[in-house]
Amino acid sequence: MSDDVETDVLIDARGSFCPGPLMELIRAIREGEVGETIAILSNDNGSKRDIPLWVGKAGHELIGVFDKEDHDRIVVKKLK
Amino acid sequence: MVANSLAKSLKKEEAEITLVDEDGKHVYQPGFIYISFGNEKPHKIVKDERKLLRRKVNLVVDKAVKIDVDDRKVTTSKDKKLEYDYLVLATGAEIHPEDIPGCEDAYHFYDTESSVKLRKALAEFNGGRIVIGIGGIPYKCPPAPAESACLMDYYFHRRGIRDKVTIELLSPLPRIFPIEPIDPLVSEVFEMKNIKSQTFFNVESVEPEKKLVHSLEGESADYDLLILIPPHKGAKVIRATQLCDRGGWIITDRETLKVLDYDDVYAIGDATNLPVSKSGAAAHYENSVVTGSIIGDIRGTSKGEKYDGRVTCFCDAGFRRGIMLDFDYEHPPVPPPFSRMAYFKKMFFNKFYWWILPKDRLPGFVTGKLE
Ligand SMILES: Cc1cc2nc3c(=O)[nH]c(=O)nc-3n(C[C@H](O)[C@H](O)[C@H](O)COP(=O)(O)OP(=O)(O)OC[C@H]3O[C@@H](n4cnc5c(N)ncnc54)[C@H](O)[C@@H]3O)c2cc1C
Repeated sequence: MSDDVETDVLIDARGSFCPGPLMELIRAIREGEVGETIAILSNDNGSKRDIPLWVGKAGHELIGVFDKEDHDRIVVKKLK
Repeated sequence: MVANSLAKSLKKEEAEITLVDEDGKHVYQPGFIYISFGNEKPHKIVKDERKLLRRKVNLVVDKAVKIDVDDRKVTTSKDKKLEYDYLVLATGAEIHPEDIPGCEDAYHFYDTESSVKLRKALAEFNGGRIVIGIGGIPYKCPPAPAESACLMDYYFHRRGIRDKVTIELLSPLPRIFPIEPIDPLVSEVFEMKNIKSQTFFNVESVEPEKKLVHSLEGESADYDLLILIPPHKGAKVIRATQLCDRGGWIITDRETLKVLDYDDVYAIGDATNLPVSKSGAAAHYENSVVTGSIIGDIRGTSKGEKYDGRVTCFCDAGFRRGIMLDFDYEHPPVPPPFSRMAYFKKMFFNKFYWWILPKDRLPGFVTGKLE
């Protein structure tokens, strides 16, 4: 999937330090439907590491972490 | 807060201000946690809204049941139809413990009645495993679970049975504290206080018969006493509109605080979908943006007010020490010292909240921007 492909849900978590991008993603996963794709925009370096870790642990699919100019676009698919 | 700030600045002939509130009461929610540990009385954290409002504000004690932003009208349960030129939505967050199967075996401190129940359960607890879990994201006051673990440690120390109690926090994140730069400091405190933790544990269900709590990630933890931060949702009246996302959180512009494409509808506080802590502090900073914007619009002096994502919070770490955090969209929080000063500031705030905040009496420098 190329980094600009549209997703079902887009969360702009740039500037979010508390609760933070991962919390925003967990919320979207809980509220979402199985099979949905979620893109999260983040400029928090820790999230680039934490989100893939959590996605792996929780059994969802990490489609990609894409570097944008001043932020990352992390795309995840809800699998269960 | 918004009603009072508008009433303070606008003359009678400039605007008529009406506040609709379901029960006419204002509750100071940071007090819940202190009720649980026996340091606060339930009647001290609630006041009649009328007594806090300026005379110019009309108070309608009734439930809003329908919001029609195209027709600019709010309908209440007594079928009162209120028309508006500007609407500010501040409906807060609802808690839904029942969304977690098995929740009947868990306690929490997110309303007065439950905090009183927890106080009783803690007073009767003489040893064993206390587990604190998080039943849903987002929830009000993200540091509250870690804060409650520290206060629990202090509470059992005071009772002289700390060595008989294991305290464990189940964190939904890969760290204990939601704010990353502060996590090393909080981890150190947890180690010092012998508070255990598990990470990546988003509570999914509880099995009361086995005294087990299960996570979304597929793990389990056993408990003797379980405290579960309940799942939160936006207010029912909001969920019935097209103004919100799936959690019922109002889709709000992160800077102007306007709702979707409506120029005359604003949202503040816990009700929004903004990526900031659901905190009274955020609501406070948002208030000056919304009131500034409405007043500017009415008078034709608009300066394009923008919310910068600012949040300030004081966390009580027990033993009369605390930390103060201050951050916004552009400035991540910096690890602060653990100090008596931060603790006393929190206590000062708890005492003087009623006099200062709802009445909009905070000095200007406290509402300034971070540099
Ligand atoms: C345990 C705990 C500790 C906390 N600690 C802190 C802290 O240390 N610092 C901090 O800044 N924040 C803290 N908070 C968070 C803070 O209390 C909230 O963020 C704050 O109260 C949000 O204000 P609000 O006006 O958005 O919502 P609320 O204060 O919840 O007000 C919402 C109002 O809307 C009314 N309402 C809802 N639906 C309707 C309807 N249909 N019709 C009419 N009225 C309606 C309700 O009656 C209520 O009065 C804490 C919260 C908790 C639970």
